[in-house]
Amino acid sequence: MSILVGNHTRLLVQGITGREGSFHARQCRDYGTRVVAGVTPGKGGTEVDGIPVFNTVREAVKATGANASLVFVPAPFAADAILEAADAGLELVVCITEGIPVLDMVRVKRFLEGRPTRLIGPNCPGVITPGQAKVGIMPAAVYSPGPVGVVSRSGTLTYEASAQLTALGIGQSTCVGIGGDPIVGSGYLDILPMFEADPETKLVLLIGEIGGTAEEEAAEYIKRRMTKPVVAFIVGRTAPPGRRMGHAGAIISGGTGTAESKVRALEAAGVTVCPSPAEIGRTVAEVARRHGLIP
Amino acid sequence: MKVHEYLGKRLFAEYGVPVPRGEVAETPDQAAALTADLGGRAVIKAQILAGGRGKAGGVRVVASPEQAWEFAAGLLGRPLVTAQTGPGGVVVRRVLVEEALEIDRELYLAVLVDRDRGRPLIMASATGGMEIEEVAAAFPDRIIRVWVDPAVGFQPYIGRTVAFSLGLSGEQVRTAVETVAGLYRLFTEKDCALVEVNPWVVTADGRLLAADAKVDFDDNGLFRHPEIAALRDTSEDSPLEVEAMRAGVSYVKLNGFVGCMVNGAGLAMATMDLIKLAGGEPANFLDVGGGANEERIAAAFKILISDPDVRVVLINIFGGIARGDVIARGIVAAAQSVGVNIPMVVRLVGTNAEEGHRILRESGLPITVAADMAEAATLAVKLGKEAAR
Repeated sequence: MSILVGNHTRLLVQGITGREGSFHARQCRDYGTRVVAGVTPGKGGTEVDGIPVFNTVREAVKATGANASLVFVPAPFAADAILEAADAGLELVVCITEGIPVLDMVRVKRFLEGRPTRLIGPNCPGVITPGQAKVGIMPAAVYSPGPVGVVSRSGTLTYEASAQLTALGIGQSTCVGIGGDPIVGSGYLDILPMFEADPETKLVLLIGEIGGTAEEEAAEYIKRRMTKPVVAFIVGRTAPPGRRMGHAGAIISGGTGTAESKVRALEAAGVTVCPSPAEIGRTVAEVARRHGLIP
Repeated sequence: MKVHEYLGKRLFAEYGVPVPRGEVAETPDQAAALTADLGGRAVIKAQILAGGRGKAGGVRVVASPEQAWEFAAGLLGRPLVTAQTGPGGVVVRRVLVEEALEIDRELYLAVLVDRDRGRPLIMASATGGMEIEEVAAAFPDRIIRVWVDPAVGFQPYIGRTVAFSLGLSGEQVRTAVETVAGLYRLFTEKDCALVEVNPWVVTADGRLLAADAKVDFDDNGLFRHPEIAALRDTSEDSPLEVEAMRAGVSYVKLNGFVGCMVNGAGLAMATMDLIKLAGGEPANFLDVGGGANEERIAAAFKILISDPDVRVVLINIFGGIARGDVIARGIVAAAQSVGVNIPMVVRLVGTNAEEGHRILRESGLPITVAADMAEAATLAVKLGKEAAR
């Protein structure tokens, strides 16, 4: 059944009346995702392309049975929107918004402790289970259903990697963009166990980048717990220390967060690390072949 | 966003954190007068955002107003080169004139966000005055860490834990608790990314003072604090980076010759890595953003061609939902309006990419279309090396 999103997903879109929100709500629906509601405070009772709009998440859930939310609310109000979705008891909240203050995310993380809501993002492209549901802003054309679970901190680089896989005839079970911010709702340590447990996923592709120690911790988990083969690519080998490379979380500081350290940790955990971003598809194909997953 | 030490100390004072007596000076005369006010003995500190001032000769204790005048005159209006400024240095526009302290012990105190735990972290050490990374590497057990639960915020026990762990006693404990509390309040109320006091000093007469102040604000939180945003000093940034910030383009200057324009931070870094693998060096990191519209592309071109090191431009756009032909027209229009006359290699993927490729080929501009990332990088490096000859 893949992970996080699929045929069971009943999606509501927070910020659906904005430019991004309305455009991507339509795109998700065109892909086959059941988009059941939108929420924009003050716009309750209206419609966006036949999708009913509500003032609050609670009303939307009550009326439509929505179980997941996709958040396009602007950064100053995005944390509040996530909290509202969690308070309404949604299982999954995917936040696309970039530029949320770090201390807002500190509060969000604390609020989510002990609640059943899983947050993906912010500052991420979302989640797609090819052939079933798209909950995000990714270009659907580059994905195809198949055995590779993809988890990544990056957006367009994940499109690139998925396109390479699809071009080689290797599909994906689910692709999860966890986001490029210093504090995200879910990390590798949350997603890897889901892929390990998911029968559809036979191999995992992890795409990481400089900054923080999340990839090192993922390596530790892979070494101890994962039975499925893992291929990784770490971007930013040429990034200088002390400079933020676009993503708020992509910074080498105080000697931690280098690509070398992450590659070393992953290789020590038995992960096959791609040497080049142009070789991601081929490397996955090789490993898949070695494990008899593809002919 | 970092602010100067003297501004950081003003904020400290507002939040009840004891700092040395002092004032900022913009001329040697002011520096001399302030030194006289302090009793004729003072420490003069160059106010630049880059670190490494002390070792670079930007800080000195002076014993008279005349000495203060002379030292300030040697600093003000001139570039100071430190390990962190780059070879050109940074022009000193202000000096901080402070009471010279008789130092008994140097401690360390900082508030930051622990990204793994997603919580504010208070970090302290009895080994102040040196880089905390060095302390962490050499004496990991000398660093005290206390995490704050954001649901309840700062509690006095956190301050006491820090104070007693550092071996403070008597009145110092109370000052330490107030200092930690004040810095935490500053950190959370003003959306800081880092508040660091290094050194946090115990003076010979037993006072506890923040002898330095490093305050870095979360850029994403600045919209809530216009009074803090107004403190931004861009004079130490590269003019191209300031320009990029205005245009909403994410740009970092590097030392190579292949100028890059990419949509998405991860793909932008991947493109840099590929250039290196192809035997070249990237001139920059540049993310034009997910949309990659004509306006942004034009702004990015302007930045790229203003960099004299750039000999070839590599454009790598993964169109995704945006249409390839629209992006191609944007690239052509922007290149024409900016007047780009150096070779460009474009790799463009997305709906209608073939039409996009045709538009690029027939544009009359020095554009080569590449089929994939690796080919684009190899070609750009080759063209860049040829252009150098």
